Amino acid sequence: MIALLLILIPLITGVIAFFIKDEKQVKTWSFVVALASLTVMTFGLLTPDNPDQKIFLAEWLPQLGSSFALQMDGLSSVLCLLTVFSYPLIFASTWKSKYASPNIFYGLMLLTQAGLLGVFLAADGLLFYFFWELALIPVYFLCSKWGGEKRIAVTIKFFIYTFVGSLLMLVGLIYLYYQTTDASFSMQSLYEVKLTVNQQAWLFWLFFIAFAIKMPVFPFHTWQPDTYEQSPTAVTMVLSALMVKMGLFAVVRWLIPLVPAGVIMFDHVVISLSVIGMIYASILAMQQDDLKRLVAYSSIAHIGLMSAALFVNNESGLQGAMIQFFSHGVNVLGMWIVVELIERQFGTRKMSELGGIAQKAPALAILLVIVALANVALPLTNAFVGEFLMFNGLFKFNVWYAAIGGLSIILSAVYTLRMIQKVFYGNENEVTAKTVDINWYEKASLAVIVVAIFVMGVYPKPVFALVQETVTMILGIFK
Amino acid sequence: MNLILISALWGVVMMFSGLFIKNKSAAKTIALVGAVVLLIVNLFDLAGKMIIDSNFNGMLQYDRFGLLFLTVIVFALIIYFLLSGKDIEAVGNHPYEYFALIFFVMCGVGLVALFNNLLILFLGIEIISIPLYILTGADKKNLKGNEAALKYFLMGAFSTGIMLMGIAFLYGGAASFQVEKLNLTAGDNFMIFLVIGIVLIMISMAFKVSAAPFHFWTPDVYDGAPTVFTSFMATIVKASVFIGFLNLFANGFGTMTDKWQLTIAIITALTLFIGNITAVYQQSVKRMLAYSSIAQAGFMLFAVFAINDMAKQGLLLYAAAYCFATIGIFAVLVKMKDYTIEGFNGLAKKEPLVAAVLTLCLLSLAGIPLTAGFFAKYFVLAAAIKTGTYLWLVIFAVLMAAVSVYYYFRVIQAMYFKEGESQHIEMTTSFKALLILLAVLIITLGVFPSLLLNWLTLY
Repeated sequence: MIALLLILIPLITGVIAFFIKDEKQVKTWSFVVALASLTVMTFGLLTPDNPDQKIFLAEWLPQLGSSFALQMDGLSSVLCLLTVFSYPLIFASTWKSKYASPNIFYGLMLLTQAGLLGVFLAADGLLFYFFWELALIPVYFLCSKWGGEKRIAVTIKFFIYTFVGSLLMLVGLIYLYYQTTDASFSMQSLYEVKLTVNQQAWLFWLFFIAFAIKMPVFPFHTWQPDTYEQSPTAVTMVLSALMVKMGLFAVVRWLIPLVPAGVIMFDHVVISLSVIGMIYASILAMQQDDLKRLVAYSSIAHIGLMSAALFVNNESGLQGAMIQFFSHGVNVLGMWIVVELIERQFGTRKMSELGGIAQKAPALAILLVIVALANVALPLTNAFVGEFLMFNGLFKFNVWYAAIGGLSIILSAVYTLRMIQKVFYGNENEVTAKTVDINWYEKASLAVIVVAIFVMGVYPKPVFALVQETVTMILGIFK
Repeated sequence: MNLILISALWGVVMMFSGLFIKNKSAAKTIALVGAVVLLIVNLFDLAGKMIIDSNFNGMLQYDRFGLLFLTVIVFALIIYFLLSGKDIEAVGNHPYEYFALIFFVMCGVGLVALFNNLLILFLGIEIISIPLYILTGADKKNLKGNEAALKYFLMGAFSTGIMLMGIAFLYGGAASFQVEKLNLTAGDNFMIFLVIGIVLIMISMAFKVSAAPFHFWTPDVYDGAPTVFTSFMATIVKASVFIGFLNLFANGFGTMTDKWQLTIAIITALTLFIGNITAVYQQSVKRMLAYSSIAQAGFMLFAVFAINDMAKQGLLLYAAAYCFATIGIFAVLVKMKDYTIEGFNGLAKKEPLVAAVLTLCLLSLAGIPLTAGFFAKYFVLAAAIKTGTYLWLVIFAVLMAAVSVYYYFRVIQAMYFKEGESQHIEMTTSFKALLILLAVLIITLGVFPSLLLNWLTLY
């Protein structure tokens, strides 16, 4: 029931939002329903003993062997929690942003949430594909309508890129469906399919390309910096904190259990690509002047580490990656909120045009420094836990990957600290002379993130407990 | 059977009412009544209640698939009349005759859907084609239309010749015109005749459904013909010829797939490639839709390629999804003056409802989930995957589907994201209501395709 509610709430309230023409009302409405989803999710987490609440099954397309099956296991709940946790923060921190036809904007945002939650909860191959696409369509309209100057060309590129991937995945799913013994798309039947190594090898690529484009893993990342830059920041937050997790999550949920032999066959390829992506993106991030592009490239680097860690096939790598799903979402959200606050106040995101903000906006500066330090995975912050485990896992898999990948930690410290220095310290200029500090709800949003950063950094055990089931299952597959 | 008779009769009725009824605008109403009658009698057929229960010595066969397909087609015809009836009347001075010709085409469609004998197939294809030559040139003062009609006629006559030749060869091989007899002689001494016959008939059918490399007439004819009739040709007629194509290959050549499947696969790949890639470069929406219809034919060819149960269900869904979406787009396009993509700029601001329905139609054509087009593509691709061979073709097809997103979305971009003074479109309230109905249909089929497919097993 909880699983169903999580999808239905944003779906229905999103449709209702289309009809609330008044800007203030629609903003309040979206914020309240986002909080409602968070409440439902919290309730679900607090009653872990009742398994019925987390499974939902209804007939949908009996001829096709597909049913409307939802299932919330530990990993799903981590990602659902991240989604419902992010949405109120996104709405609160972008409260002051003005959008033409706000009713459509907020309606589409909520529909995206429904799609995302559906992806994380679906326990049926075809249903998963449905939600996978449904999360994309509202984002297409959001970016194309409210984005920057080059939005139309950039968004269609993004859309076609991901559409190619998802269609390839669909072909793979249909192929698997015909191999099941009971002609069913249910997750269980698909897991039980016995495939030859040869079949697994090419099925691996059909699925992996779809997920790699979404993450994105080098060299499938070219849509990402442009899209992040051109989208309105609220949408960028959804894209980078939540939507990229679809790809990572799908690797754990579908790719590894479906084609384990394929995963073993190509693990070096994937990890090499990921490590190359980490270094490459870090180097590019150092050269950016635009804050949005900087965070975009830094995000590619972080995602690269997670995707590498998912393929190392040992406990610490998998644990670290899944913990990092959550931590990365929180941290990158914090980064985007800061970028949004800066852009709204100064009308520019160019680091070269900013400087000296810290003197007049101390609260913003302090909060940013904490978020930025979490971004470079300093101990006591949440990202440290995950990154440490992932590097540990990578090290166990092959020393060289860990050594080369480790460079990206240094590089990330370079570009993050340089950003803090350029934007917040140094001398004021005419753009930043009239700086005012952020107001209470912007402080509150960032404060929530800072609290999450420290809590997860000091006491990550609850998340460990949630993902352990999935980690054990995956290690079991490889045995 | 009832449909074949009544559509022919109603065509005659329409022609004569043109003589006696001076009021031009009655034409649409009479035609609409005719279409509804066709739907009703066809539903009776589907329920097994025939008025004239004869299969004419086995020359026709009434399988559920063919009858259900006809129901879908007649339903699409009703939608077409409702949305574009007024525009048909406005083409020229002889509205009754246009409607009469459309009914004659429907008679041919009935024959093609239910044939069990090669001669009936030939008859059906000809009855479909000849009225179309006239409709293409219906706007007599339009030079482009005249050129298109002449071109269509010459090319069409040529392909008809090839088809007859193919039928002659098949007769030489099988000593029968009956479709089911063609299969039995496989491995026979006369096999070579059968193979030549299959190739020739494949070429002529590929011509009729505008599959590459026999598609060259399509853009010119679709572009030159009055837009209302383009809508009719590109949807109802094209889908109907496909059922003949599928039935012939499934019932006639089903045991000889090794002889022709590779060729169909190549034709499919070529059609997808040429249709999609060329559509990308079009500036006029009408011409873009012409190429898109070639591309969509590529997907429907998958059904002919796979010839299993899944393929039949897929073609049914495809016909419905493709016809509904394309008829909807054309119905709006007819009412516009500027057919270029820029002509759609800013439409969403002025006509939000129309823009939303058009978007839905375009999404359906692109095969995005939650629209009918998704399940249409799903079924035909699944049918091909089920055969277990030629997986490269399926992967190629989905890449081409991604290309199609580019040109369909250009129209969406123009409507929603580009500024511009949108053109004035004259629309009645009932027209808008119908568009909403169309949207509901597309979404319903996109969530529950079984609502249509269940009819295959009902009763």
